[in-house]
Amino acid sequence: MKIERQKILELVYASIEPINEQRESKDDKLELEEETHLFGRESKLDSLGLVTLIIDIEQSLVEELGLEVSLTDEKAMSQERSPFRDVKSLVDYICSLEV
Amino acid sequence: METDKEVMIITGTRKGIGRYLAEHYLGKGYIVVGCSRGESALESGSYEHFCLDVADESAVKKMVSSVYQKYKRIDILINNAGIASMNHVLLTPLSSVENVFKTNVYGTFLFSREAAKLMSKNKYGRIVNFVTIAVPLKLEGEAIYAASKSAIEKFTQVMAKEVASFNITCNSVGPTPIETDLIRGVPKERLQKLVESLAVKRFGTFEDVVNVIDFFISRSSDCITGQTIYLGGG
Repeated sequence: MKIERQKILELVYASIEPINEQRESKDDKLELEEETHLFGRESKLDSLGLVTLIIDIEQSLVEELGLEVSLTDEKAMSQERSPFRDVKSLVDYICSLEV
Repeated sequence: METDKEVMIITGTRKGIGRYLAEHYLGKGYIVVGCSRGESALESGSYEHFCLDVADESAVKKMVSSVYQKYKRIDILINNAGIASMNHVLLTPLSSVENVFKTNVYGTFLFSREAAKLMSKNKYGRIVNFVTIAVPLKLEGEAIYAASKSAIEKFTQVMAKEVASFNITCNSVGPTPIETDLIRGVPKERLQKLVESLAVKRFGTFEDVVNVIDFFISRSSDCITGQTIYLGGG
């Protein structure tokens, strides 16, 4: 089944929003853009924040699209460049999964 | 169907301690979701049963996800499902090691991971794992069983640290021998000798185990995590 990229992008943004709601300062919020870093030095998320985001996206994929996928399987962990580095790479990675 | 009742998953509920725990917590007003390889004869409006192998990742994910989708909460996980293998190391086939580790370690890991993901959304959870008195007593003939339970104990301690910020606690209970199918193959004299080596010289009971689990899952026990309580003073 081919996963529609726009839907996944919207779903990722929807999962970022509750994180932003908990942040008061505008500087601390994550921009809803494909270039937004999720992982690494330039990310506004700490490791726990990234874990929370991944869990939330996995659950949304099940609830809204009926897709049972694990975003942290060996394929993701063995990629030279982490699929979690920014929104674009994460969305591309989800779209590449065979479901 | 959201609910005000606490929702509990117990693995290995077809018989033995698991069955007892399911009935006990149903009696206390919990919604209990259980699983085992075979069908369960337990009937209750608040009980739901899944037939699965606890080491089957896909089946575990589906079960835990469906519980959350139905009730919008998972409060407690009791990883009770377990198998034993009593044998001398030199006579133990690799297939026994694989089976014991799959059910005991992989099963505990898979349910803990999937449940904790969803517990984290509600910022609350209690996970209780089963270890064994064979770990501190280093019982001969139980190398593989004790090794698998030792893995669970360490897993529990590390996971407790990793999920503490989600207000999820992880603890272990280590029962003394209880007269269930798990120890059916162990010679009586051997069990008697084991019991004699304990501070409390008697077999464990289901009530002893429930007493510890009640403590771990209490709302007041939010500062109790990464701990193992061995029964009988082993």
